[in-house]
Amino acid sequence: MSALGTLFRRREAGILVMIVLFCLFVGLQKPQFLTLNQLRIILLLTPLIMIGAMGQMMVLVARHVDLSIGSILGFSAMVSGMLYRFDETAFGFNVPWWTGIPLSVLVGAILGFANGMLVQLFRLPAIIVTLGTMSLYRGLTFIISDAKQIDRQWIPTEIKGLSSTSIFTVPKDFPIAGGFNIPWIVMIAFGVAILTHLFLAHTRIGRQIYAIGSNPVAAPLRGINVARVTVLVFTISGALSGLAGIMYASRWGFVNPSNTGFGFEFQVIAAVVIGGVSINGGVGTVLGTVLGVLLLGCVAAALPLLGIPGTSQAAIYGAVILVALLIDRTVRQQGIVGLKRVRA
Amino acid sequence: MLKKSLIAGLGLGIALATGAAYAADPLKIVYIGKNTGNPYFDSITGGFEDACKELGCEFEFVAPATAEATSQIPFIEAQIQRGVNVIAIAPNSPDAMNQVLDDARSKGILVLAVNGDLVGNEGHRDANILPVDFTKTGPNQVELMGSLIDYKGEIAILSATTEAPDQNTWIAAMKKTLEENPKYKDMKLVATVYGDDQPEKSTTEMEALLSNYPDLVGVIAPTTVGVAAAAQVVQQRGIADTVHVTGLGLPSEMRDFVKDGTVTAFQLWSPYNEGWLAAYFADGVIKGTIKNEVGGTFEVPNLGTITIGDKNVMNTQAELTTFDASNIDDFNF
Repeated sequence: MSALGTLFRRREAGILVMIVLFCLFVGLQKPQFLTLNQLRIILLLTPLIMIGAMGQMMVLVARHVDLSIGSILGFSAMVSGMLYRFDETAFGFNVPWWTGIPLSVLVGAILGFANGMLVQLFRLPAIIVTLGTMSLYRGLTFIISDAKQIDRQWIPTEIKGLSSTSIFTVPKDFPIAGGFNIPWIVMIAFGVAILTHLFLAHTRIGRQIYAIGSNPVAAPLRGINVARVTVLVFTISGALSGLAGIMYASRWGFVNPSNTGFGFEFQVIAAVVIGGVSINGGVGTVLGTVLGVLLLGCVAAALPLLGIPGTSQAAIYGAVILVALLIDRTVRQQGIVGLKRVRA
Repeated sequence: MLKKSLIAGLGLGIALATGAAYAADPLKIVYIGKNTGNPYFDSITGGFEDACKELGCEFEFVAPATAEATSQIPFIEAQIQRGVNVIAIAPNSPDAMNQVLDDARSKGILVLAVNGDLVGNEGHRDANILPVDFTKTGPNQVELMGSLIDYKGEIAILSATTEAPDQNTWIAAMKKTLEENPKYKDMKLVATVYGDDQPEKSTTEMEALLSNYPDLVGVIAPTTVGVAAAAQVVQQRGIADTVHVTGLGLPSEMRDFVKDGTVTAFQLWSPYNEGWLAAYFADGVIKGTIKNEVGGTFEVPNLGTITIGDKNVMNTQAELTTFDASNIDDFNF
């Protein structure tokens, strides 16, 4: 079997085809969509969702769901933002600029751990637990911040720089791709994706997550510590949401108690499910999830470029998600040939 | 002991006799913002709080989580139940709250629209406090934009939501100014887009403007979220010398962009003074020292003489304040 044949048999093939077709379609109307500058815009739209999607994917594979990630993002970003605002008055010196990164990850991990414990100890459905903690964590964000925004001036320049600077930038006067770069925040997101792949595909615990999701009843019989793995999965999801939180501060330069992370869970779950992760557990790959994130990034960047008015954008965005899911479902059941039947 | 209660009783008697029941209870004022965590309202709230310290009133700020048309209704109902004397509100909708505001007024509560009005439904509130005469916002913004681009070239507008009433009034005035005033005949408005006051959406709309209109020289964003997002795009692309961003922004959010040269100048007013004026006005009306009549005037400390204009609208200042590198450090909101 040819390598191409193997690729098309993979479940990721459908979504890859969709990304290519969508970009070509938009590129025909607006040639500037197929430029490096536009690629940079699309990539800059995706890192937060990509980081969150890696955690959410593990949770879904384990046959749970985490609705609280947007609130965890907001809370952990707020904790770091408040540290940056108060450090000089409280300690008499400024903490190193990078302190917010481990701090937000740690705060996120703690909140995720709490989710996991509630799900595991009380045998409650994750959708209910995280629906509750979604409101709880959001409310706590208001309480600790006194409903005050952390303004741009408090976020360290280096943190903000992660979204605009890069390890390498093509010189501005270079004939092709002048000024093009891939900012740190995008590389961090892809780094998280690679680590997630290595963890899921090549470690024992990684494989156990799939085993639990495929058959929760059989998993303990095979000697898997279901409780430990479940709590771990929620903790990782929380930690990654925390990382996304400090990246939010980097990308947008502020932390707001009500806006920051609001609706994040919907974007992330949409991307993950489009990427072929089953909400029934046991199924999903990092590659598929990355492609799902990129497809949503392409759509988000294309709608304003096509001049589609804001009032219609939400509806079109939603329709694209549904169409992507339908095509993906057909391709998965019948291979790429299934597409022909959909079109007929 | 006896003497004390006698004096207290006497005082109460006098108070009742003059019909001023407020003397027993401090005036309760509540301000209902558009949404929580909005730094703009922190500043208005500061004005209310400081005025209430002077006047001896009780002040509370509440707001729904999201700025939807109907999200303020339960808050108004709760405040009626609580028995406040004054409801000041930054309305999220010009008409969704007509009925509940009428309920409040029928119970003797003074209803003030502060920082926005019930356009077309002015009969459902007692008075309206706006920072400036909003008919001046559009022309002032166009003039500022013109001064930044030598009055020529393609410009675009990045607004809040498509239905935001204030922004739409200002945009209509901007278009009218551009069309009718020969001074601006070489400035061409090529697009008006909406970022829904979300940083993500405002950013993608701004990026699309730059991609679709390569000759763009200026963007007016008459909304605090939009102007900060537009400035960030320009800063990250390093194109501040070709594309000029201005609009209505908060000094606290725009300071960095002004200091690094991304933004030369932007405008706003003092939200603090809106709260300050609203508290003095409410106190005066309830105590009977201010008559809420069109054409009436009264004095407010630090603001001077305030005139109650057409449809009971009051302004705290005559023109917009322009912020640039020379004065931005004088403002702490």
